[in-house]
Amino acid sequence: MATLAEKFGLRKASGVGEAGWGHTLIVALVSLIYFLPVLMIIFTAFKPSAQALSVPPTLSPTSLFGLIPDQFVFTPTLENFGQVFNRVMVSGNAAEPTGFDVFFFNSFFISSVSVLLALVIGTLASYGFSRYPLKGNDTYLFIILTTRMLPAIVVIIPIILMFRTVGLSGSYVGIIMLYTAFNLAFTIWMMKSFFDELSYDVEDAARIDGSSEIKVFLKICLPQVVAGLAATFVFGLILTWNEFLFALLLTGVDTRTVPVAMNQAVSSGGRGTDWTLLASIETLFLIPVFLVTFFLQDHLLRGVTFGTVKR
Amino acid sequence: MSTIEVKKITKKYGEFLAVKDASLSVKAGEVVCLLGPSGCGKTTTLRMIAGLERATEGDVIIAGKRMNELPPQKRDIAMVFQFYALYPALNVGQNIAMPLHFEKLSKEETDRRVNKVAKILHLTEVLDRMPGQVSEGEKQRIAVARAIVRDPNCFLFDEPLSRLDVELRHSMRGQIKEVLSNLSKATVIVTHDQLEALTMADRIAIMRDGMIEQVGTPHEVFAKPANVFVASFIGTPQMNLMEADLKSFGKGVASVTLAGNAVEMAADPAVSTLRPSKVMIGIRPRAFTAESSAGKSTIPAQAELIEPMGAETLIHARTKLGGDIRVVVPRTQRIKIGDVLHLKPDPKQTHFFGENGRAVRA
Repeated sequence: MATLAEKFGLRKASGVGEAGWGHTLIVALVSLIYFLPVLMIIFTAFKPSAQALSVPPTLSPTSLFGLIPDQFVFTPTLENFGQVFNRVMVSGNAAEPTGFDVFFFNSFFISSVSVLLALVIGTLASYGFSRYPLKGNDTYLFIILTTRMLPAIVVIIPIILMFRTVGLSGSYVGIIMLYTAFNLAFTIWMMKSFFDELSYDVEDAARIDGSSEIKVFLKICLPQVVAGLAATFVFGLILTWNEFLFALLLTGVDTRTVPVAMNQAVSSGGRGTDWTLLASIETLFLIPVFLVTFFLQDHLLRGVTFGTVKR
Repeated sequence: MSTIEVKKITKKYGEFLAVKDASLSVKAGEVVCLLGPSGCGKTTTLRMIAGLERATEGDVIIAGKRMNELPPQKRDIAMVFQFYALYPALNVGQNIAMPLHFEKLSKEETDRRVNKVAKILHLTEVLDRMPGQVSEGEKQRIAVARAIVRDPNCFLFDEPLSRLDVELRHSMRGQIKEVLSNLSKATVIVTHDQLEALTMADRIAIMRDGMIEQVGTPHEVFAKPANVFVASFIGTPQMNLMEADLKSFGKGVASVTLAGNAVEMAADPAVSTLRPSKVMIGIRPRAFTAESSAGKSTIPAQAELIEPMGAETLIHARTKLGGDIRVVVPRTQRIKIGDVLHLKPDPKQTHFFGENGRAVRA
């Protein structure tokens, strides 16, 4: 299948070939330095708990045919990942489910539903703002932006009170509504700038060709902003996926998301921090966002550079 | 019937008057060009016919039906945009098929029609490409193909050739004219290029400042310009427009003072209706003959700049009072800088314009 870049007749960058080996090497090195802490976490997830904090730290799962001295090598294990979902909570007892399967589902469910909702509502709204401006259009846009101006910590108390009164705290509906509302401002501003860039002539052409207004939007405009949709989706997803404060205060036992559960799993039991457990939760937590970003990367590149590349 | 009629339409943007009382009618099979300098309201007029702009006043009648309130979707028209407005996310074939898609035609019928049009416009080979991957000339043809693939009431073209290079423009002009002549639909073409208008149109409507100054065949607007603006706008090199004092008129001959010389020139009998006054005299550069000796009806001027144009030579000559006269002479007539020419205007191509700028003609 043709990638988006090919489809639009853009130059398809060929990575190393284009940048040259020298630059590629430097970039790889710099990336490695930045990525090192994450890499250490991922490695820690595979270490036996005894080696997690050993000094000197173990650095590699393999000795690379004797290249790396034995003291830096750890024996990789998958045991920690099992511990995420089932482990001994009270010493002496048998292992019991930790509920992390539910927490992961909650994270998936809450963030994807709220981001998609925000995307649908926000895209429609931004199309309206862009194509059918109201009197005081800019004022409305500014008001929408103000919803993101106050720090979360300032608005959290009234929100908690409202949720309590209405009975939304602890429910899926409540947290999804909140996240949707929070993503909306970003989605509307982002998508509006994409719609603003489109040629009005193309829409007029569609109208003359006999397209109804809804088809002008669905068939003509939307396909042109796929990159924008992808970028907005990923940014929104990352924000929501990582959100901690609101999730901590507004989710219940059943609706708890991974960031909150992670915090509680690590700090409970009074046995100090279980680094290998934490590392394995984090590693699992990384995967979905990584996959989404990976599959949408072609669109993302166009999406995040919008405005800078002229059609 | 495929006709367009525009009755006294006016378009206001707030206080700004973009088009004022423009009236125009286009018969089936007729091509009318809206010609004028940029910003004269010609594109606005076209967009009002298309329904993309709402007329503030007046009526738009297409195929005998008043369409003022109807959106473009319901007007059954086809339009080619200046920047082509191809759908960037669809390939060439899908672009051309789009109007048929909205008409909900069957797949077979759609393919058949797209292939037919693609053949006429030599697009068969690029049907699978994206609009970003075809040349400027091909984009233009795709836009035309998308317009003619349907069987609409009428065709509208907004500066269809302005983005092409000279050579391509020349060949496309012929192609479009040929395609249009086979369709016998009412067609309106907007252009600022008079050559385009003169070659493609059956009739030309010349606009300025939102008003239609004259409507006529290419021959009429060239030979009988209604006013000073049309006279100066149509024709290259531009018509010479000279202020003169009309002294008297008798027996078909007007006595005028032109550039400080008393000249007697043959003029339209209608000039007799003018009282002695300031008039504007228009004479095309090709309507002069450069004579070697002075006469009663010649204007003396000194050749100052000579531009050979191939078959002909353009001479800028200066009169006694410093006015500039453009004269085109055949290549064979040798004239040097500094020569004094005695320019004799062709009486049949001498235009008198009254103080209000209108041509005085019987």
